[in-house]
Amino acid sequence: MDFFIQLLINGISIGFLYGLSAMGFVMIFKSSSVLNFAHGEILAFGAFLFLALVTWAQLPIWLGFLVTLAGSFVLGFVIERIFLRPLIGELLIYVIMLTVGLAAMFKGGMLLVWGGNLYTYPDFLPEGLGINWGIVQVPPVYVAAVIIGSLFLLMFGLFFKFSSQGIYMRSVADNQTAALSLGVHVRRVFALSWAIAAMVAGISGIVLGIINGITVHELSSVGLKVFPVVILGGLDSIGGAIIGGLIIGLLETFTGGYLSPSLRDVVPYIALVFILLVKPYGLFGLAEIERV
Amino acid sequence: MENNKLLVINNISVIYSDVIQVLKGVSLSVEPGQVVSLLGSNGAGKTTTLKAISGLLKPENGEVTEGSVLFDGKPIHNHSPETITRAGIIQVLEGRQPFKYLTIEENLRVGTATRWGKPYRQDLDKVYHYFPALTKRRKTLAGYCSGGEMQMLVIGRALMAHPKLLLLDEPSLGLAPLIVREIFQIIERINREDGTTIVLVEQNANMALQIATYGYVMENGKIVMEGRAEELRENPDVKEFYLGMGAAGTAKSYRDVKAYKRRKRWL
Repeated sequence: MDFFIQLLINGISIGFLYGLSAMGFVMIFKSSSVLNFAHGEILAFGAFLFLALVTWAQLPIWLGFLVTLAGSFVLGFVIERIFLRPLIGELLIYVIMLTVGLAAMFKGGMLLVWGGNLYTYPDFLPEGLGINWGIVQVPPVYVAAVIIGSLFLLMFGLFFKFSSQGIYMRSVADNQTAALSLGVHVRRVFALSWAIAAMVAGISGIVLGIINGITVHELSSVGLKVFPVVILGGLDSIGGAIIGGLIIGLLETFTGGYLSPSLRDVVPYIALVFILLVKPYGLFGLAEIERV
Repeated sequence: MENNKLLVINNISVIYSDVIQVLKGVSLSVEPGQVVSLLGSNGAGKTTTLKAISGLLKPENGEVTEGSVLFDGKPIHNHSPETITRAGIIQVLEGRQPFKYLTIEENLRVGTATRWGKPYRQDLDKVYHYFPALTKRRKTLAGYCSGGEMQMLVIGRALMAHPKLLLLDEPSLGLAPLIVREIFQIIERINREDGTTIVLVEQNANMALQIATYGYVMENGKIVMEGRAEELRENPDVKEFYLGMGAAGTAKSYRDVKAYKRRKRWL
């Protein structure tokens, strides 16, 4: 029984992080219909940036965290500005291929600097953060993952629901021409969604790095894991991305725990196939509103 | 004389994708506070004229290749929609395009994009005052509203931007006659109470000429006739081809369609 609860808690915390990184992916897809294949690499970059800041530059943890957030934000902005803006109006497939290229470039760059080795962050989470209730023992990392994950999800949820800028971003996703006719700065919205997506990816990169350690290959493969998550949740639903993340996270840890660790990366895809058979829009995809 | 004009279009040509010429030397002018209507059959170039003003040609690969568009005396042709909307020109697109997955109130808030960060409460109240029907449904997703409500919504959304010049593209399209009348009354009130200048593109020439002060008739990418609205209403050609009256001024019957011999004089 305690093994089950342990797995459940691990699954939920990992799931939150998948949900968080999927949210960034969904945001780019919603505003500009681009599938970002470099998402995992941006996530890994966040983790390594944080590593560099706290070990080489010896910044305090909180400052390192904030600088990583800012750095990822700027990275997303710069990627959009330099690589994607010239392709606005071109066929979508070119843009998607561009992100595949970006992924290779980033991965190569990071391997060049850090190599394929496993790094770990210095131990900075206070021991008191962990939960110890007899049979239920949750290590501090997982508690931190859930707190950070839900905090940022809540923040972005409020941002999109209530802030003007968030509403402009949703309007572009909904009907680009109409948004343009009202003077919404569509290019700025694209840039902002890349920046926010990169920032969110950076956050999940750091936390996944704390849990599993930091390697280029491991972290950038999370980018692929985002696909079953978002397709499960429905490509265009941010709430769905979170639920999808939780489902995939739980599936993974339970398969790893009860069946075999080598199956854990496959089972999410198998589940995906069956769920799509039943619900082709994903669990929370928008069914097109059709009125005639 | 041109100084007191809000909008002046000088002899513009518009070409799509470098090959398809849609407008061939269109000129028109709009004075502040006027309602100017632009009539014409399908494909005459009315919508393209509006898009040439609002800058929305560019996303469709269209371009003003000759002539100029002056707003408040400054050239704005081929500028981006972002700058043109901020100068005070807002176009309401044809065919009611609300943001389907946003609520009515969120839709209206998108209208504040040109003046992001400024207070907008009063403007919301003003829109609800013009369109009381929207008040009850402010939390409803726009995609589930009726056609009339959607048309009110997209006009209201444009008002949120405080336009100096409002371009309306076929507000009557596909709506029941009673709703059309209601919407035209509101357009007239917007013009009267806010002093907003309006350019109105319509197929429903009858309605359009009732609220307009001046009108232009377009055919094949050219302006073929212009005049004060009362004059146009009395013009025998306009009567026959756009108002559905027989040559003698009586209502035309479909039985006579075969006897249609009279040519439009300007072709």
